[in-house]
Amino acid sequence: MNMSKVVRAAANLLFPFILIFGLYIVAHGHLTPGGGFQGGAVFATGIILMIVAYRYETAVGRFSKDILRNCEFAGLLIFVSLALAALAFGTGFFYNWVADTGLIFGASVAPGANPGDLNTGGVIPLMNLAVGLEVLGALSVIILYMLSGTREEA
Amino acid sequence: MIEYIAHIVVLIGLVVSALLVWRFRDLLSAAIAFGIFSFLLSLEFYILQAPDVAIAEAGIGAGLTTAIFILAIKGTTRWEDAEE
Repeated sequence: MNMSKVVRAAANLLFPFILIFGLYIVAHGHLTPGGGFQGGAVFATGIILMIVAYRYETAVGRFSKDILRNCEFAGLLIFVSLALAALAFGTGFFYNWVADTGLIFGASVAPGANPGDLNTGGVIPLMNLAVGLEVLGALSVIILYMLSGTREEA
Repeated sequence: MIEYIAHIVVLIGLVVSALLVWRFRDLLSAAIAFGIFSFLLSLEFYILQAPDVAIAEAGIGAGLTTAIFILAIKGTTRWEDAEE
């Protein structure tokens, strides 16, 4: 069943802001509190708000189970392949091979006390993005499967 | 001083919301009270200078767990002592 009109309007209004906030927590994971897991959980909360506010058919039409499950697989694969790629450069497993190379997120850290630059950290922000993708897929899939068990009565 | 007062207010709110979860016979009200409990707990983590844990608690405790409880109430009954 659909929730009341007030709940649906509030969910529609809040949805983009929650997604942007989750993305912000993931992207700034190496500078500020938070990271992949927390940002992914906030992102999944936005999706789950829409799932709870609408009926099962609408929710499944909007967020496909296959896409969310592929998000989970892609996050795990990116995480492990980033860690394994360090072996190809002749260094250890999980070595930070992007840092100080000038690639994306590869700038050098400025010396002294400073608020931090987003374009630093090497492999850490990339792994944060991978973990965020994995967590948002996994938590949303859990809720979608729970909802599919109750769709007969709803 | 103001931090001390805020700390006391949050702790009293935690105890009150936990008692409300225990007292309510309407399970939807109990789920919302549990969401308020999780929100105050994340505020308490922030006061104790653990912002990382506070974000995780706000996302998982206040957001996801409340949604799971509401979905469970949708699939079953809303009142605790409902006759089957």
